[in-house]
Amino acid sequence: MNTVIFRTVAPGIAALMLVFSIFVLLRGHNEPGGGFIGGLIGASGLAVYGIACGVAEVRRAMVIHPIVLAGFGVFIATLAGLMPLFVDAPFLTGLWWIFELEGQEIALSTPLIFDIGVYAVVVGAVATIALTLENDEEHY
Amino acid sequence: MGPSIDVSIALISIAPFLAALLAPWIKKFTGPLAGWVLAIIPASIFVLLLGFIGPVSENTILRAGLSWIPAYGISFSFFVDGLSLTFGLLISGIGTFIVIYSGAYLAGHPHQGRFFSYILMFMGSMLGLVLADNLFTLFIFWELTSITSFLLIGFDHSRQAARRAAFQALVVTGGGGLVLLAGLIALNVVTGQNSLSGLLTTAGLVQQHSFYQPIMLMVIVGAFAKSAQVPLHFWLPNAMEAPTPVSAYLHSATMVKAGVYLLARMNPILGGTDQWFWILTLFGGTTLLVGGALAVRQTDLKQMLAYTTLGSLGLLVMLIGFGTKEAILGAVLYLCAHSLFKGAMFMIAGTIDHGTGTRDITALGGLREAMPVTFVAAILSAVSMAGFPIALGFLAKEEIYLAMTQGVWPDLLFLAVLIVGNALMMTVGLLIAFKPFLGPEKPTPHEPHEGSPALLAGPVVLSVLGLIAGLFTGWLNTNLLDPVGGAIYNNVIDAHLYLAFDITNPAVWASIATWVLGGLLVWRVDAVRSALRRAGNAIGWTFDIGFDWVISSLIRTADAITRTLHNGRLEIYLLIVFVTLALVLYLPMIVTGTLPQIPDIPVLTYYEWGAILIAVVGLLAVLFARTRLVAIVALGIQGFAVALIFLLFGAPDLAFTQFMVETLSVIILALVMTRLHLDSKDHREIEEAVRDGVVSVAVASGFAIVLVAVLAVDLDLSLTEFFQATSAPIAHGRNIVNVILVDYRAIDTLGEISVVMAAGLAILAIIRVRARNRFAPPAPPVPAKRRRKASA
Repeated sequence: MNTVIFRTVAPGIAALMLVFSIFVLLRGHNEPGGGFIGGLIGASGLAVYGIACGVAEVRRAMVIHPIVLAGFGVFIATLAGLMPLFVDAPFLTGLWWIFELEGQEIALSTPLIFDIGVYAVVVGAVATIALTLENDEEHY
Repeated sequence: MGPSIDVSIALISIAPFLAALLAPWIKKFTGPLAGWVLAIIPASIFVLLLGFIGPVSENTILRAGLSWIPAYGISFSFFVDGLSLTFGLLISGIGTFIVIYSGAYLAGHPHQGRFFSYILMFMGSMLGLVLADNLFTLFIFWELTSITSFLLIGFDHSRQAARRAAFQALVVTGGGGLVLLAGLIALNVVTGQNSLSGLLTTAGLVQQHSFYQPIMLMVIVGAFAKSAQVPLHFWLPNAMEAPTPVSAYLHSATMVKAGVYLLARMNPILGGTDQWFWILTLFGGTTLLVGGALAVRQTDLKQMLAYTTLGSLGLLVMLIGFGTKEAILGAVLYLCAHSLFKGAMFMIAGTIDHGTGTRDITALGGLREAMPVTFVAAILSAVSMAGFPIALGFLAKEEIYLAMTQGVWPDLLFLAVLIVGNALMMTVGLLIAFKPFLGPEKPTPHEPHEGSPALLAGPVVLSVLGLIAGLFTGWLNTNLLDPVGGAIYNNVIDAHLYLAFDITNPAVWASIATWVLGGLLVWRVDAVRSALRRAGNAIGWTFDIGFDWVISSLIRTADAITRTLHNGRLEIYLLIVFVTLALVLYLPMIVTGTLPQIPDIPVLTYYEWGAILIAVVGLLAVLFARTRLVAIVALGIQGFAVALIFLLFGAPDLAFTQFMVETLSVIILALVMTRLHLDSKDHREIEEAVRDGVVSVAVASGFAIVLVAVLAVDLDLSLTEFFQATSAPIAHGRNIVNVILVDYRAIDTLGEISVVMAAGLAILAIIRVRARNRFAPPAPPVPAKRRRKASA
């Protein structure tokens, strides 16, 4: 699999996939997409990069260990669930802040934060599995 | 009047957790002053709680709360009455000194920031526990204290003994917590109340219910596990593996009292029956005697204190079971006195250990000149522990003896138990106060030196408080005893405690008997100790050994089952899984005779046939693939065809997911193959291939038949209509699938992502262990060259 062509193209593909994964994540509430699918795309992007350039390179690019990303995902999803408690609404109630910015309607919400958490968990967990398997020895 | 109750209680329950989050950074920036800086949090909570004394002593009950899952009556609600306020003050007050003490005790420890974090988390959990109103809030904080206690006991996790002790404490107290949860749910079902304050209004009803006995037993098991009553006591002495501030705070002053708190709280709801009386007094009394006797047997300062803590917890449980007004007042006083003197004693033991390098009482002596302040603090706490006049401990013991000298014959038995138990604990107190300090100086691992102000602040303040509190009986009557006693007794109590030494009072004679017996024990301590040791060796079996036996048989059983089912050949497990699956799919329909009719071949357009054709080609490619890698990729083709079908039938989300899952499965399967160094070719015998083929056809046709059966039923569209109608207006989203995932059923998703994360963690751990074993010294390492080739 490790051909020159693949090695040359892979970083570009991986970058595109990551950008696309975030696009899919953000559009998810109204169009097909969402954190889960976005996360899978993102993880595939990382896997492609890993196959082409080696696990060490992916780890360097990610800065943090992917399992930490997964833990962070569960953490912010839970935080998104806890936020409504401060306005005396039950756990996981969706809160929305919809405002205009330069003529565009922007909608920020706790379900969005929750979805970002889902994205982080999926990317983190799948990348952990893929990278650990790709790795040949010592460095985990 | 300060800030509103809502705000104060919210601050009290959240502040320790926020502080825990920031503790490692605060430690980084403030260095050696971290203890003093972080102590501001518990100190401010203490001051806030002090402000509640006024309203609470007038029998006002303060409440605050947030709804959490209103559908199940679960909320984060808190209430403050005399009982919770007293516990809250003890937790935050002693906590302040513990945090200061930890700053010095663990100075220079590489994980000191983490330690602060754990101990503040514990403080928040414990405060939440005693302030909780809703039953489930109570349970959550209850289990949080078990978990934080686990982290603290295992703080020094490089030592096997610490890990074992932490595990044991978690199993016993966490397991007890689950039993308690069952009891709380039953209470909720029986009474229809979901809060403690609501339950208190139904006092007297539960006792007549037919479920009274199981409910009472479940609550008692939970409380006994937490408060280390015999036979669930063995985890507490082992928990002394934790750093000394933890022993002082969790395992004497606060956490182990949670069980006592619960029993006191439940006394009006479950108490007042014969069963309640006998269970609590018998188990409490046994724990008192066992704890006292085992304490004298020990020579390690912390172990001695740990066993006297057991004794004290037994004493408190016994008094709550006794349930008369005097017994309850005695319990309240003893609770406060014990937290003060035992907290101080533990910190003193830690200071001695810190100053000399040993905790063995037989190796210590003549420290009076090197550690004068510690010596004074030790004497003051021992005065309270032994119950000598004017100390709070004296008042407590007098009240307890008064309770036992009121009536009939069983009281005399209890009185005897109490005198012996108290004498044993007094012995230990006096030994610790005098033995290390008097006599000739003994050589210690390092030159003895006095503790720093941070190490001494706690012992000095707590022991002085324990001594002089006895002088303020008027204040104690109105502000402590009336509200707390009233809460436990569920009736207005008017305490008339005063300091006196009246020899016509039988309670005084009981105290004198205790002193005489304690004095005799101190005089002959070596003989008593060796006698107790011989007795212990003669029995030769302890609950601690029993615990190990239970855990190891559990592991052996699990191991045996695993070895039977997972005999090391992957194809066998897969066969078991798929045969079971085929049976599950077919059997119900065969048994109930509801096998569906095979439907006619539908009319499809050419591109739908196209998708099916791709799938069939993929399948044929799998069957005829010469290498495994090709088979895996071909399986991916079949998966893509399915995704295409989803797309054609208007489920873009599903199709999208299917595409990604197929891609990732192919990548991961290919990686696993190289990782496991499998043969690239499949070498199955023809019989095996036929067997596997039959199983796969059975499973696949089973799924197909179930799908046909499902489609034969008219589709109920009411849910679809509901989501279509409400998704955009109330959840602001047009993509129903995503809205369901992140909003309507977000709690399911939260569960699922937690599972995904845990699975990632588990796989990481398994592969690491494998790798480590492979490179373990005994096995010769595989030459790098060969490995490279195998995985290429």
